[in-house]
Amino acid sequence: MLDLININKTFYPGTPNENHVLHDLSLHLDNGDFVTVIGGNGAGKSTMLNIISGQFFPESGQVTIDGQDVTWLPEHKRAVYLGRVFQDPMQGTAGDMGIDENLALAARRGKRRGLSWGIGKAERDLYRETLRGFGLGLEGRLSTKVRLLSGGQRQALTLLMATLLKPSILLLDEHTAALDPKTGAKVLELTRQLIEEHRLTTLMITHNMREAIQYGNRLIMMHAGRIILDIRGKEKQNLTVEDLLHQFERASGTVLDNDRMLLS
Amino acid sequence: MFWIIQSAVSQGILWGIMALGVYITFRVLNFADLTVDGSFTLGGALSALMVLNGVDPLLAILFATIGGMAAGLCTGVLNTKLRIPGLLASILTQIALYSINLRVMGSPNISLLRIDTLFTRVRDLGFPDRWVTLALALVFTVAVIALMYWFFGTEIGSAIRATGDNPRMIRALGVHTDTTTILALVLGNGLVALSGGLIAQQQGYSDIGMGTGAIVIGLAAIIIGEVLFFKSTFYLRLTGVIVGAVVYRIVIALVLRVGLRSTDMKLFTAILVALALYLPTLRSHARQFDLRRRGRHA
Repeated sequence: MLDLININKTFYPGTPNENHVLHDLSLHLDNGDFVTVIGGNGAGKSTMLNIISGQFFPESGQVTIDGQDVTWLPEHKRAVYLGRVFQDPMQGTAGDMGIDENLALAARRGKRRGLSWGIGKAERDLYRETLRGFGLGLEGRLSTKVRLLSGGQRQALTLLMATLLKPSILLLDEHTAALDPKTGAKVLELTRQLIEEHRLTTLMITHNMREAIQYGNRLIMMHAGRIILDIRGKEKQNLTVEDLLHQFERASGTVLDNDRMLLS
Repeated sequence: MFWIIQSAVSQGILWGIMALGVYITFRVLNFADLTVDGSFTLGGALSALMVLNGVDPLLAILFATIGGMAAGLCTGVLNTKLRIPGLLASILTQIALYSINLRVMGSPNISLLRIDTLFTRVRDLGFPDRWVTLALALVFTVAVIALMYWFFGTEIGSAIRATGDNPRMIRALGVHTDTTTILALVLGNGLVALSGGLIAQQQGYSDIGMGTGAIVIGLAAIIIGEVLFFKSTFYLRLTGVIVGAVVYRIVIALVLRVGLRSTDMKLFTAILVALALYLPTLRSHARQFDLRRRGRHA
């Protein structure tokens, strides 16, 4: 469960480059919500995610996760609530460490780390089994350095790492955008499976309208730092890309300016 | 000739402990830490001063190590809490240590002539004189490598490795990278000062300039080790650093016999490290050249 209440965020305040990115943004996610987020360039999608993950703090407003006020909690302390996958496949894993070591790091998310072994034998067997069920062919390459994997494999591994301990919220920041369409579709399907299997509360930014409509039980559209559309349930199931474009133009009074979004 | 090589090997292993410290910051943490030149001298200064004042030589080595750790802590705090870039933060600590080291020693050097050190003690136990340094160097090095191997396999050690690899990712997994950064700098400089402390006792004096260029020697050892032990396990890579330091010392010993002065060695080392750092670029240039030539004849 997530609550954003009247969040404001300005970059470079008091300078000529001042940029008010989020305007009194409020959002409530129920447990098990799978929300897709779309919006034009500079709409504030990533900023919203970064406020939730604690990469930076808002000027005003409140962030609560599972009823806990985390507004001022630093990023590493918030990790206990959050599973995160970034746009760049290189960002989510440690390239010079093995697949098993990366999983072991993720298995300790938000936990106290001490002087016991960073990875145990039983643990390794567990990861092998988990990977086998994943069907990526990685179960036989447990000690392979992650940098030798393809972008799609790395992103799939990051997904697995993000959900290895069930997070209160799964944050996906255009996590298939850097992959080729075929691989992206595979990773997205894997995402859906994991979310269903663990009933994860999810916030997924995407630039692909079709994906935003196809996945999740709720869709929000952002524009200029505000949520301008919030579509759920039946209404979302019947949504088409044309509907969405019309609704966007009506709600924002402008034409959509995300070039990547129009092309896809 | 045998004894020249044997002495170079002993020296190399002692300096190799310093290179292992550099390995922690430069390779594991991915942090170019110039504290090393200062913390090495600090280790030597503390070790010599304490032995001179009748402190047990082994205890003196321990305090030297702790002194080095404090220097690493200083660089770590400057970098993570004051947000000063790593290279600059470590230069600040290094230059501050120059004053501190002079204060510690009270003069630019301390002689340990006819003073009991760890090395004279082992000799007095009846150990053959010419093998004392090698034996002690090996004991310390084996212990250090074993400890490093264990530590970097633990949860905290893994978190430090991940910090050097991908800080953003490990923060997202709940690790405070400020803490891991500081910890790595503390451990690295502790080893550097341990090496400095041992060398001061072994050579029988400490000198304000003994650490000058230590970082470059450390890098040379790491790079030579990597060339010799290409792509191997962590345990072998650590051993490779020691082997690298030994090879470096042997090369220096041979070059000195050819007629270069000992004061030329810093220039020689700088050129060696520059060439070694150029190696990966050279390889990729060679590959491109090869591809282009083949393309032309196709």
